[in-house]
Amino acid sequence: MSDKIPVTVLTGYLGAGKTTLLNRILTEPHGKKFAVIVNEFGEIGIDNDLVVGADEEVFEMNNGCICCTVRGDLIRIIEGLMKRKGKFDAIIVETTGLADPAPVAQTFFVDEDVSARARLDAVVTVVDARWLKNQLKDAPEVKNQIAFADVIVLNKIDLVSAEELVSAEKSIRSINAYATIHKTTRSSVPLDAVLGKNAFDLDRILDIAPEFLEDVHVHHDEAIQSVALTVSGDIDPEKFMPWINEFTQKEGPNILRCKGILSFKDEPKRFVFQGVHMILDGDLQREWKQDETRQSKMVFIGHQLNRAAIEKAVEACRA
Amino acid sequence: MSEPQQESLTQRVLPIDAGTHVIRAQFLGEDPTLALADGRILTGGAGAFISPHGDAAILLAACNGIILLTGGDDGKVIATTPGGASEILGDEKGRWIDALAIGPSGSVAWSTGKKVVARDGKGERKEWTAPSTAQGLVFSPKGYRIAISHYNGVSLWFPNTAGIPEVREWKGSHLDVTLSPDGRFLVTSMQENMLHGWRLADGKDMRMSGYPSKTRSFSWSHDGHWLATSGADAAIIWPFKDKEGPMGKAPRECGVRHSKVSAVAFHPRALVVAIGYEDSCILLCRLTDGAELLVRPATKEGGKVTSMGWNRTGNRMIFGTEEGAAGVLTLP
Repeated sequence: MSDKIPVTVLTGYLGAGKTTLLNRILTEPHGKKFAVIVNEFGEIGIDNDLVVGADEEVFEMNNGCICCTVRGDLIRIIEGLMKRKGKFDAIIVETTGLADPAPVAQTFFVDEDVSARARLDAVVTVVDARWLKNQLKDAPEVKNQIAFADVIVLNKIDLVSAEELVSAEKSIRSINAYATIHKTTRSSVPLDAVLGKNAFDLDRILDIAPEFLEDVHVHHDEAIQSVALTVSGDIDPEKFMPWINEFTQKEGPNILRCKGILSFKDEPKRFVFQGVHMILDGDLQREWKQDETRQSKMVFIGHQLNRAAIEKAVEACRA
Repeated sequence: MSEPQQESLTQRVLPIDAGTHVIRAQFLGEDPTLALADGRILTGGAGAFISPHGDAAILLAACNGIILLTGGDDGKVIATTPGGASEILGDEKGRWIDALAIGPSGSVAWSTGKKVVARDGKGERKEWTAPSTAQGLVFSPKGYRIAISHYNGVSLWFPNTAGIPEVREWKGSHLDVTLSPDGRFLVTSMQENMLHGWRLADGKDMRMSGYPSKTRSFSWSHDGHWLATSGADAAIIWPFKDKEGPMGKAPRECGVRHSKVSAVAFHPRALVVAIGYEDSCILLCRLTDGAELLVRPATKEGGKVTSMGWNRTGNRMIFGTEEGAAGVLTLP
């Protein structure tokens, strides 16, 4: 596990401040060397780091799963980079402003050569506080990028009023209930806020504490939203596993991300799962602590998710 | 594992410490030659290195015994001849070279992204833009023609004619491409752990599936009747002798072990195939009776075998691994 190269995916709409954040990461004194995969050369160029140009070629996999897309160029580039082992400590993939993060993320789960050598650390999305409201109306990519994020850098907060900032945060929360939000100007966040997050590592999904959980009234017009559930009492794995598999297979194209921590009946350990579209990863993790309330929490982020139906289905999985 | 029954050639291997990922191991003339990921080329005897790419990395290489063609992450395509003289044939200004091929009469081809360049023996260049990244290139054995694998198929390009290349379509991402020595069959490896083939005469499709991982190494037998492939726990060897090729036939499996095959290289004169594995083991396997000879035992630090190549007469074979182990086998 630990010798796999961590990969941070940097997304954000045009002008949000992605390149500023990237330059910040590269110039801060951290003693690390990065391989940076970018779409346009030019604005960055740090002697110590390896910069590679990419074409963002998205391929469908012929595995009967229409949402299963990968970045062909990324597979080739990572294969090439691995021949230079030891020359860098981590990889950063900067996507174009219009990119869907799903194919990038899926590449790290679907391609076995890539997944044997590299692991997705986190999807970091830079959001422009000033233009978010307009972009959410006009740019579907922005919703996707927010929905996919593990970390959100809410940038340019000096250009908005306090009320506008609250409203921007609410908009983000209605789409993505669990990402960590950092409010910044000029993309100035501490490095450890965006790197080394292990967001896709089951062992690191310690808690799901969705905010605004009760606030189901916000922005009901959003095409993408989070459905977060908490179930007290135990879940029956015999019922839950077939359901989650079928649900992600059927609704895969609509589910962007999901995560969950479950209390299975008669199981001393917590069951943790996470997924991207149809790809699911789950395992038993550490034991429930004495003082911990055994309950199950999960979050689904996606398009047109039927909250009532999901609640009902999960309810039926009670032990 | 099965050492008692297995005859061994390990005493006949002269080891070479390459020190880094071996991209290609071949004979250039009679010189054992290694193209290394750190940009060095070892050729022409003990410890003689050249670095025609400077500090840049070598990403891929092809060799036909007459020239060694290397593509670097500096965007340069460089030909090295026996003796170690190098010439820059192409410079793509820092864009990574994605594929390379050597053709007849001194011609070569390379690609970076969608751009494909053919350069004939006189140095005349022709360019073509593929519909998506050109992932593999191979010259036709007859005529000045190049097969280019890309997303959703293969294009057949005549660099010296202005016409639009013919396309053989098949949905999905095609990686490497090879042509049978008689030019009748075109085969690609695919992202989905399978091979796809076309009989060129009538465009008939062939699917060769069942691999647990991607096939990244192909080798045709000297008579052109067999195609050895990597990607499974044995070398999978498809019959191409008949008019129908492998259609409706099962492949042979040679050298079944508990490790995936990562490289294959048929002997230039006999039905013997060298099989390299992910655990750094190398076997020679005779197709007629399945007899095996051990060339290199698996070692923990050895790394995946990345490349193997025979000299012209087939009495010597060179190999290299991902972790920089290499060596030359001399047959009795």
